[in-house]
Amino acid sequence: MFKQWTDFQCGSWTQEVNVQDFIQKNYTPYLGDATFLAAASDRTKLLWDKVSFLMGLEREQGILDADTQVPAGVTAHAPGYIAPELEQIVGLQTDQPLKRAIMPLGGIRVVQKSLEAYGYELNPDTLKTFTQYRKTHNDGVFDAYTQEMRLARHSGIITGLPDAYGRGRIIGDYRRVTLYGVTYLITEKQQQLQSLEVDVMDEGVIQRREELSEQIRALRELQTMATGYGFDISQPAATAQEAVQWTYFGYLGAIKEQNGAAMSLGRVSTFLDIYIQRDLSQGTLTEEQAQELIDHFVMKLRMVRFLRTPAYNELFSGDPVWVTESIGGIGLDGRTLVTRSSFRFLHTLYNLGPAPEPNLTVLWSEKLPENFKRFCAQVSIDTSSIQYENDDLMRAEYGDDYGIACCVSAMRIGKQMQFFGARVNLAKALLYAINGGKDEKSGEQIAPAYAPIVGEVLDYDEVMAKFDVLMGWLAKLYVNTLNVIHYMHDKYCYERLEMALHDRDVYRTMACGIAGLSVVADSLSAIKHTEVKVIRNEARLAVDYELQGNYPAFGNNDDRVDSIAHDVVRRFMNHVRQHKTYRDAVPTQSILTITSNVVYGKKTGSTPDGRKAGEPFGPGANPMHGRDTKGAIASCESVAQLPYQHAQDGISYTFSIVPQALGKVDTEQGHNLVGLLDGYFHNTGQHININVLNRETLLDAIDHPDKYPQLTIRVSGYAVNFIKLTREQQMDVVNRTFHSHF
Amino acid sequence: MLTSSLSSPSRSIFDPLQLTGEIHSVETCGSVDGPGLRFIIFTQGCPLRCLYCHNPDCRDHQGGQTTTVEALITDIQHYRSYMDASGGGVTVSGGEPLLQPQFVAELMHQCQTLGIHTALDTSGYSDLASAQQVLQYTDLVLLDLKSYDPQRFTQVTQVSREPTFRLARYLSEIGKPTWIRFVLVPNLTDNVENVANLAQFVATLTNIEWVEVLPFHQMGAYKWEQLGYDYRLQETQPPSPELVARVCQQFRDYGLSVR
Repeated sequence: MFKQWTDFQCGSWTQEVNVQDFIQKNYTPYLGDATFLAAASDRTKLLWDKVSFLMGLEREQGILDADTQVPAGVTAHAPGYIAPELEQIVGLQTDQPLKRAIMPLGGIRVVQKSLEAYGYELNPDTLKTFTQYRKTHNDGVFDAYTQEMRLARHSGIITGLPDAYGRGRIIGDYRRVTLYGVTYLITEKQQQLQSLEVDVMDEGVIQRREELSEQIRALRELQTMATGYGFDISQPAATAQEAVQWTYFGYLGAIKEQNGAAMSLGRVSTFLDIYIQRDLSQGTLTEEQAQELIDHFVMKLRMVRFLRTPAYNELFSGDPVWVTESIGGIGLDGRTLVTRSSFRFLHTLYNLGPAPEPNLTVLWSEKLPENFKRFCAQVSIDTSSIQYENDDLMRAEYGDDYGIACCVSAMRIGKQMQFFGARVNLAKALLYAINGGKDEKSGEQIAPAYAPIVGEVLDYDEVMAKFDVLMGWLAKLYVNTLNVIHYMHDKYCYERLEMALHDRDVYRTMACGIAGLSVVADSLSAIKHTEVKVIRNEARLAVDYELQGNYPAFGNNDDRVDSIAHDVVRRFMNHVRQHKTYRDAVPTQSILTITSNVVYGKKTGSTPDGRKAGEPFGPGANPMHGRDTKGAIASCESVAQLPYQHAQDGISYTFSIVPQALGKVDTEQGHNLVGLLDGYFHNTGQHININVLNRETLLDAIDHPDKYPQLTIRVSGYAVNFIKLTREQQMDVVNRTFHSHF
Repeated sequence: MLTSSLSSPSRSIFDPLQLTGEIHSVETCGSVDGPGLRFIIFTQGCPLRCLYCHNPDCRDHQGGQTTTVEALITDIQHYRSYMDASGGGVTVSGGEPLLQPQFVAELMHQCQTLGIHTALDTSGYSDLASAQQVLQYTDLVLLDLKSYDPQRFTQVTQVSREPTFRLARYLSEIGKPTWIRFVLVPNLTDNVENVANLAQFVATLTNIEWVEVLPFHQMGAYKWEQLGYDYRLQETQPPSPELVARVCQQFRDYGLSVR
């Protein structure tokens, strides 16, 4: 027993690492309202002013500064501060605020290009190190890629692959640093290493032993890093301030080492609440101080930066890092996991103003306390900065201590990870099926040369049969490609620290994904329910389509087309399931596009639903805009009915509504938004982004970005700063269905 | 349950579920036509020709979709969880629902049987017998009173005021929960005396839960253009916040709850 655990109730967590048990034994559910919350302290305001100023400079310059020489690592940089006299929580990724580190293990070319794009030059010695002496993940992947994989990547039918940068979507259990201290964690890892001294040293055992050794090394480095800031994290945290600081140090170590596509935080608010509650009851902390700790922590999370190319930013709308924090939910014993700190985290959106990061995610249950529901709805109406996911649906699969990685991917914290697989462009796949495996834009043969469709009018059964074959080919190629990527990532760019904060044996998923679902469903519906004529170019390539009459479109809760969408999701998942995965990861898929729906649309020719070449897809699982005629809830229902059992990596839906369409007066708007969320999740929707905005506000922000530095909107699975979007993306958001009937 | 009774051989030939009506469209996320989240059915056809109508596409008696009560009830049930969670229900709007009393009555009857709250959004321009047929299955009435002054009323609607005011009094007599709605149009319905008289009249009714003052807006203008109708309020601006506040206060002065 550690003295830092005084006043905590014992349990199995005192015998072995088990944060879930610690939370269940010690947390205090909160059923009250938001009136206890404290405003931003003077220190907080001063500090946030400084950070906002730096962020303004950064927006003007692209990036504020970059280290062009030292490869990042847990201890690579000296301690950095914003204003030490103000900061209650300390620690930066490099020695200066917002200064970007280089992380060449993912790929040196990306580092070089990113630096050049912002007017910096990579240090020649560093370049030499990572070209002559030390191979990177990116190099490994391209050594093993087949010709077919290169073609599919080049044509964009498989897209967004993490083959040149960190894969991310792994959540370290950063709470373990707080609860146990690093010495305890190292001892446990040493025991795990010892447990793998077995008779048969096969590849799996060898790999795990090497990884465990790396994990131990990373934990030691984490302790050194904290020592630099004047903290001894070898022992458990003793106070609320230390608890927040230790957890942040754990996370900071991870983001110093990895520039993963999504670097999510996990589920820390109720865990931290236990420490805050202890200090409050002992009289050593006030509510103002408690809020200040959370405000300062969140400020740090808003400052997470990675060096990425402008093309990456264009694809993902700004500079996202997906510091996803999952809040609320219900425990397996039926008690709510909402605590005062659930409110405190959301309250940062008032104390510091709206922001896209951290990606605040409310795990919604119909059984959540009414006061909390109302508060969430009000925060959504005021800030459009939170997303909601279905705790009642996911708890059954993942228990009550899971978190969301990135946008919609649930995983048990410290026990499960995923091999992030980006997504395939299913709309393009449909066009390949029609064109015998040729790309509709370039005419290149990408898939094997299947017989193309030659008829003038598309026949549903013929198209479906060919599409199914094409999906089979694509799933095989896709899984094989991901196997290459994740083999190399483990080999050259292993997440030492994040995995040190996991159990020895983790459950792995192979997270595949599909984009363009509503385009495919509508196209197939058009082919089935109306006459779709093919327009071919001189090379006999189908390049456009002519429709006679109307067809039932996805987004109207109409089974004639929703059943097609359902079928496509199931079919593709079943194709994926047939293939052997690296480390026997369990295959899953998401229906998610991030904001890349604009870019995917650009790269995809005209489709049989009447969408013209280059026009954006609907984001995530959203219906195509302008095709829903029965109002917002019918649209919700089409998405809610998609089969989660065949899309367990998540189904993203973005809902935008003008405030007046939620009700005539404020109180009704909040009430009706709660009703909408309860109804949607009751009917098994998995995820929903809520934007409550006026179209006029967005148009004004396009013209006067300086007036809206913090205007935040939710897009597929995460939030972005609206003024950082490209003009094309801004217009896509404006044009996309805004439910406004009233 | 409903479908099994349908297939029952002992059933008489007349099946109320097969009653048809003409509807313009539905809206699954109604939030301003009654409490909570509501499934709104816009019926086709209206005897009024309101100058500010925001659904002119529902006027014509022709051109709707013919729909059975059963089809609507099946659809409505998909949205049950949203209604239950928000204290919502079904609102029949239009058009003028009371033009199709048998259909609307049966639709509401079926809703009530399923425990779904029903609201009728009406201009009140109907004979009493038709209205009564529907009202027995109506939980809440949203009654538009377009003006107090009879001439002004006719100017706005092209019809007489009397059926509407008769219905208003009847609703009070039977104690039917009612929200009064008044569309505030500058230079058309905003006259101080007109509003005061209306407020005085409404205050004599004993069944009024709310008076809703609806500020005129131009969001229906594009429909007039599309339909090629002559839209005479092209130049009319939405009322100023001061005007809205004044009118709301006039109703409050008579002890009415206004929103």
